[in-house]
Amino acid sequence: MELLMAIVIGFLYAAGVFLMQRRNMVKFLVGLALLSHGANLLIFTAGGFTRGSPPIIPEDADVAPILHADPLPQALILTAIVISFAVLAFALILFLRAYQTTGTDDLHDLRSTDT
Amino acid sequence: MMTVLTMLALAGFFAPRLYRAWGARTAGRLALAPALAFAYFASRLSAIRGGETIRASFEWIPVLGFEFSLQMDGLGLLFALLIAGIGAFVVWYAGAYLKEDPAAPRFIAALLLFMTSMLGVVLADNVIALFVFWELTSFTSYLLIGHHHEEEKSRKAALQALLVTGLGGLFLLAGLLLLGQAAGSYNLSGILAADSLSSHPLFNPALALLLVGAFTKSAQFPFHFWLPNAMAAPTPASAYLHSSTMVKAGVYLLARLHPACADSAIWQAVVPAIGAATLVIGATMAYGQTILKRLLAYTTVAALGGMTMLLGLGQTLAIKAAVVFLLAHALYKAALFLVAGIIDHETGEKDVLKLGGLRRALPFTALGAGLAALSMMGLPPFFGFLAKETLYSAAQQPTLLAASVIGGVFFLVVACLTGLKPFFGAERDTPRHPHEAPIAMWIGPLAMGLLSLSFGVFAPWVGPTLIAPAASAIAGEPLTAKLALWHGWNRELQWSLATLALGLVAFASLRALRPIMPAFARLRAWGPERGYEAALNGLVAAAGAQTRLLQNGSLRYYLLATLLFVLATGGWFFWRLVEWPAPGAGTPVRLIDAVILSLILLSTVGAIFSRSRMAAFASLGVAGYAIAIFFVLYGAPDLAMTQLVIETLTVILLVLAFYHLPPLHPRTPVRGRVFDLVPSVLVGSLMAALTLAANRANLAPSISSYFSANSWTNAYGKNIVNVILVDFRALDTLGEISVLLIAGLGAIALLKLRAPGKGGGGAP
Repeated sequence: MELLMAIVIGFLYAAGVFLMQRRNMVKFLVGLALLSHGANLLIFTAGGFTRGSPPIIPEDADVAPILHADPLPQALILTAIVISFAVLAFALILFLRAYQTTGTDDLHDLRSTDT
Repeated sequence: MMTVLTMLALAGFFAPRLYRAWGARTAGRLALAPALAFAYFASRLSAIRGGETIRASFEWIPVLGFEFSLQMDGLGLLFALLIAGIGAFVVWYAGAYLKEDPAAPRFIAALLLFMTSMLGVVLADNVIALFVFWELTSFTSYLLIGHHHEEEKSRKAALQALLVTGLGGLFLLAGLLLLGQAAGSYNLSGILAADSLSSHPLFNPALALLLVGAFTKSAQFPFHFWLPNAMAAPTPASAYLHSSTMVKAGVYLLARLHPACADSAIWQAVVPAIGAATLVIGATMAYGQTILKRLLAYTTVAALGGMTMLLGLGQTLAIKAAVVFLLAHALYKAALFLVAGIIDHETGEKDVLKLGGLRRALPFTALGAGLAALSMMGLPPFFGFLAKETLYSAAQQPTLLAASVIGGVFFLVVACLTGLKPFFGAERDTPRHPHEAPIAMWIGPLAMGLLSLSFGVFAPWVGPTLIAPAASAIAGEPLTAKLALWHGWNRELQWSLATLALGLVAFASLRALRPIMPAFARLRAWGPERGYEAALNGLVAAAGAQTRLLQNGSLRYYLLATLLFVLATGGWFFWRLVEWPAPGAGTPVRLIDAVILSLILLSTVGAIFSRSRMAAFASLGVAGYAIAIFFVLYGAPDLAMTQLVIETLTVILLVLAFYHLPPLHPRTPVRGRVFDLVPSVLVGSLMAALTLAANRANLAPSISSYFSANSWTNAYGKNIVNVILVDFRALDTLGEISVLLIAGLGAIALLKLRAPGKGGGGAP
């Protein structure tokens, strides 16, 4: 499982980096999103796998069951998902405005500050 | 001492304000500040003569054991008297010289601040304080040279002086710190008292660094070129900084460190050689000049070389000669510079060949100039004569004596040209009709000329009062100095007569040699200044090249640079440090896992290769939902919910925002895309390796168990992830929300921003 996850995560990163090197704004944003997915899965995998036992304390107990999923990576990922959404949304609006101002969606044409 | 420095600094800081109240008379009144300082230093003469040193200090950086300490001995006192005494005349003079200049307040302020820092240099005991004052003199010198900042020549000269002396200052700092390390004390008094300093392994590097610092400041070969260029400064600054005080800071440093360093082989080999070379180069280069201030500037270079040479010799006679030379030179050179300024001011003419017969129009100036020139020529009974005699008797070696005589010959020529020729002979037409300058201007040269004469006449008094205490401080042991004009018919006198004869011949043959002077000037273009120009241009070119290379504006390039750095450092780390897990270990794979993970892979492939935006967004959405299902399978329902919501929002946002964009079409040629695969695959492999390695590593005990145990009992929450977010790590969540808020505000600002012209208008 860990090896399989490593392949998936590596693939997500490779795809993300590849797309971020495209000249098209849309491809760049998709690449950014894939990169965040890869990062989230990486944190999740680092915490280890525990099937079907969420870190929730049952109604009638004071402590969680002995075997339950690690809550710490989950808390980190929860934060990461929200932040990557914020970054993506901001980049999206930025690109949109750049497109509206310059009339091009080609990042290669945005090298100089003069439009 | 502290009070004196504070008073001068305050006078400097408030000079512009006082100018507003007092107008043109301000400089004359402000000159009282250095005059008071002079009176204070003069009142300490007898105490210092009796062998006392005066100390003042306060805690500066107690943590590092630094105290701000000043100490005045004979050497410091002699310098302080020169700085304050000449300074008083120069400030008064500058007020009249810059009467019509609206920037005069700035000039006077910089002059007074320079005076403060220069006094700090010669009185500082703590080496850090010495360094700070040293750099302050470079900085104020920059301001003064660049006073006429609207002229490119001034700016260039100011920058050159700042770069050369400022860079030398850094060498000085390094040298002082090493020396302090070696001696175990960062006070000069402690360094000079340290035992067997010269056998310490750090001593030689420290000495080499210190010498570079001293040589740059005192314009020694090969750093001499900045000083003649610094003549772009208004004349009062040239007279004060670039002949009588600041350029002598390097000489002061050599003198100050003399007791500790003079025994070292490096010192004895380098210092006299550089000094003698500078003496000859400066003196001969002066010969080709006709502009008053440049003539004086090159002889200043030569004189500084002479002092350096004498300090390198190490014998007591040479030390005394250096002190006498220092005093004589400061007096006559400052006077001649001020005279050059008066001539320029009153006639508008700078070229000595076009001047003559001014003695009738400028009688007082002519008197001061004549006295100073006779001292510079080394004629008895002037003090300059004593300087030359002691120089000749100290320079025992034939090469050094030859260098000294060459110096003496050209000094004589320059003295005739600058101090006598403009005032005698037939009157010439000048751009302005000459009038005698105001008293503020001629009083300084006259006073210094008279002092040059009376110090010679009263040599038996000057010797023990001024020369002996300073020489004792340089030697590190009590010395006596008997000065007298007549020593009998000896070797020195014979050489003096020879110098006089040769000098008169050289002066007479100036006219005949005039045609070959341009060739001489071309030779100068190959001097070390070329190296400075090349270094400066190279620096600018290198900065431009690296900016064009690194800041080329291409997002792709920035990304690649970042990735390559991560790959190189991260890759190296993995190669060296990580143990690879045994294959086959870990959680077994179920069918459902394989399906979900394949779905992620497939949708990623789709996102890469889709030719339409909608397909790409849809693929991204599928990958996100697959990950959400994965979270559900592995006990993370909160993540799954968040992922689902965010993924949906992302896709909606993307679709909405890019509805109007042109269709996707490949822009990079196939070969370029294959090339892009290389970093992508490398990054992917690195992250895959990191995943495997991270799964194995348990570097520290996890804090998860604490959260699990205390979630209900302490925080009263059953959902541990939520409790972590809103309770245990609530501050992190606050940070997260702030990021979200800032991104949202940024997005709103961007949306509200009115584009200056849709579809490719002008830059905003």
